[in-house]
Amino acid sequence: MNLSSSTLTTTLPVTGQAAIEFRDVRLGFAQGEILRGVTFSAQERETVILLGETGTGKTLLLKLASGLLRPDSGGIQVLGKDISGMAESDLLEIRRQIGFVFQEGALFDSLTVGENVAYRLHEDGVDDEEIESRVKEVLRFVELAHTIDSLPSELSGGMRRRVSIARALIGQPPIVLYDSPTAGLDPITSQTIISLILRLRDVYGVTALLATHRLQDGFALANFHFDPQAKKVRRDSSPESARVAPTRFLVLRAGRIYFEGTPDELMKSPDPYLRRFLI
Amino acid sequence: MADTPIQAAPQEARAPEVPSVVEVLQDLAKTSVLKVQNYSKLSYHSITNLATGPRYIQDTLDQMDDIGVGSLPIVLLSGFFIGAVMVLQTGTQFERFGQASLTGDIVSLALVRELGPSITGLLVAGRCSSGIASELGSMLVTEQVDAMRAMGTDPSRKLVTPRVLASLITLPLLTTISVFVGLIGGMVASVLSLRINATTFWERAIKILEFSDIMQGFSKSVVFAFILATVGCYQGLNVRGGTQGVGRATTQAVVVSSVLIIVSDTFLTKIALYLADKFF
Repeated sequence: MNLSSSTLTTTLPVTGQAAIEFRDVRLGFAQGEILRGVTFSAQERETVILLGETGTGKTLLLKLASGLLRPDSGGIQVLGKDISGMAESDLLEIRRQIGFVFQEGALFDSLTVGENVAYRLHEDGVDDEEIESRVKEVLRFVELAHTIDSLPSELSGGMRRRVSIARALIGQPPIVLYDSPTAGLDPITSQTIISLILRLRDVYGVTALLATHRLQDGFALANFHFDPQAKKVRRDSSPESARVAPTRFLVLRAGRIYFEGTPDELMKSPDPYLRRFLI
Repeated sequence: MADTPIQAAPQEARAPEVPSVVEVLQDLAKTSVLKVQNYSKLSYHSITNLATGPRYIQDTLDQMDDIGVGSLPIVLLSGFFIGAVMVLQTGTQFERFGQASLTGDIVSLALVRELGPSITGLLVAGRCSSGIASELGSMLVTEQVDAMRAMGTDPSRKLVTPRVLASLITLPLLTTISVFVGLIGGMVASVLSLRINATTFWERAIKILEFSDIMQGFSKSVVFAFILATVGCYQGLNVRGGTQGVGRATTQAVVVSSVLIIVSDTFLTKIALYLADKFF
């Protein structure tokens, strides 16, 4: 794995402000109100794990954070800008600073892996030589350099998720949103995906919202860290690591934040509903 | 609150209310107006996107290849036989009055003014409007459209405008080819069936045409191109209900675009005849 070139080694600067902030956000559809006043924030370089059952609105929160959906009421700030009432043309610019890893990858099925990963660079008019080197580099980062000419349909589910991570990563975004990145994958592949997210966080310093219903993903992100010198993922739950790359849990229930706290606080919670996630 | 899969139940359990007829009609009217509004917005942006960048030239060329070159075989084949059958149908009637030589005139006028644009429009609508709807619909249900938006690309510019522009460029060309091949088909039929001299047929077919006839056919093909592309895009980008919805959108695209082509043809003909009478 090569982490020495420009694409991945730039650690993002910290400005001390919340990268993402939701204030009393409500959103409903024909079947009823799904989000009923959600308030939370994600600080720069923080990883916020959105935990909840299916249908509690985890994906909606990610789509709201990227401006793909608009709230019925409430405010959303991303990188200091209020996006809740922003015009679509202005949102396109904001979205260029956000990487989105969709649950099923959402790769363009008529484009090759290389073309999928290079999509944003082509849009930005980057020259072909630079595109080629950056695509190869991010594909090496997700250990899929050999699939550059393959079509998404030729890849396994786990490989498609990794390509999706590579695609989100190519624009060097300060924020990455992961929608159930390990859903439906076997434990080994899930581990590979989580270690990729770890590396992205610890090498690149991105702020992340990660929606999942698997508690073990959240604990893995809280308790393991990537050591760039040794180029290895290590178990490290020391306060220093938690300070550099903090991880926080938000549990969604019935459209509201039911619990907000550190992995330790979640583990020690006597709440019977939360205990059900720990089984 | 129960831990149901979708936790969007109302605060209190209430018996479902049966809507009145007026409420149903109101909802229907609102939905219809909303659809027309959304279609109008999509159509408007498909054109205004051309004024500002980014412009997707390669995508437009790809779509021209798909819509234009891809539709050529069916347009050639159908054009030839429509011309031939026109001669067979009209020629026998003219023969009764000893005016078989008029066949070239009438076939030429019918093809240029009416049959060329409308038959080509309907054929391309059947082939491409459905193709556009299913392609965009599949992209929508697999979140590819959302992925595009998430990467800062406007789907209207990337997906809609190239398809509309490609249709606007290729359908008039396909119509021209269809009319030409139709005249050849008519000529072959008149020589073989009515024993009309090929040169006579061709001369009369060309001489009868006026500038207004050509403009009528051309303007119709432009409008039909706009209809088939925008309806296909609208249906594709408004798919509801997964893969089943994609199937429904595909069918709807063909039905709606075909009906709109036929209805608009009536009004365009009336307008064209009025303008021809007024200015030419």
